[in-house]
Amino acid sequence: MIRVAVQPAAIDIAAELDLHDAGGHGASASFIGRVRGDGDLTELFLDHHPAMTAAGLADLAHAAADRWQLSALTLIHRVGAMVPGETIVFVLTSSPHRAEALAACEFLIDRLKTDVMLWKRETFVDGRVRWVEPREGDGTRADRWNA
Amino acid sequence: MTLQIAYFAWVRERMGVADETVDLPAGVTNVSSLVAWLAARDARGQVAFAEPQRIRAAIDGVMMGLDAPLAGAREVALFPPVTGG
Repeated sequence: MIRVAVQPAAIDIAAELDLHDAGGHGASASFIGRVRGDGDLTELFLDHHPAMTAAGLADLAHAAADRWQLSALTLIHRVGAMVPGETIVFVLTSSPHRAEALAACEFLIDRLKTDVMLWKRETFVDGRVRWVEPREGDGTRADRWNA
Repeated sequence: MTLQIAYFAWVRERMGVADETVDLPAGVTNVSSLVAWLAARDARGQVAFAEPQRIRAAIDGVMMGLDAPLAGAREVALFPPVTGG
């Protein structure tokens, strides 16, 4: 089961976990990315490409499913405006074996930072607005998986 | 040749539009020359494409390098490096 979504609505993590619980998979690994509340940030806005963002997530999901033995995979990214504490991204991988679930989860979060059409814009309490620049380490972490 | 161009993130903000349809002049044959043409066309383009090395592109939904040819393209998307996750 591969489930991929790009959505402006809040991510219901409990409901997503329930879907994997119901599968009877031996091991699940998850990653939750949230809006950090540091530096007087008031809003994080995620811009996306209507078609290519979803296609990019689906490509990553299938790459993970090809590479590791997964019985279920959920990859959900929020877009639009969010406030500190809200979940931006949720990755959940299930497998008969923990090593496969953990590796696939880490691969997905590393690669979606460099491969998927998403752009973050930060707004601060004093009204400053800035687009987030990619971090040098993002490319390094993503490239580790090229083998 | 008529081409649809879509802009994202700060490229869109600096261009002031999300997309536009342009009639390409002769000589604009790849993404690089399209970016150079947009930069020279007006003040908004000059600001948006002042640093072409910070621009990424997709042609008809596929990520491409700046040397990718435009022949046969319907839509080109121009945007900064991605920052999701």
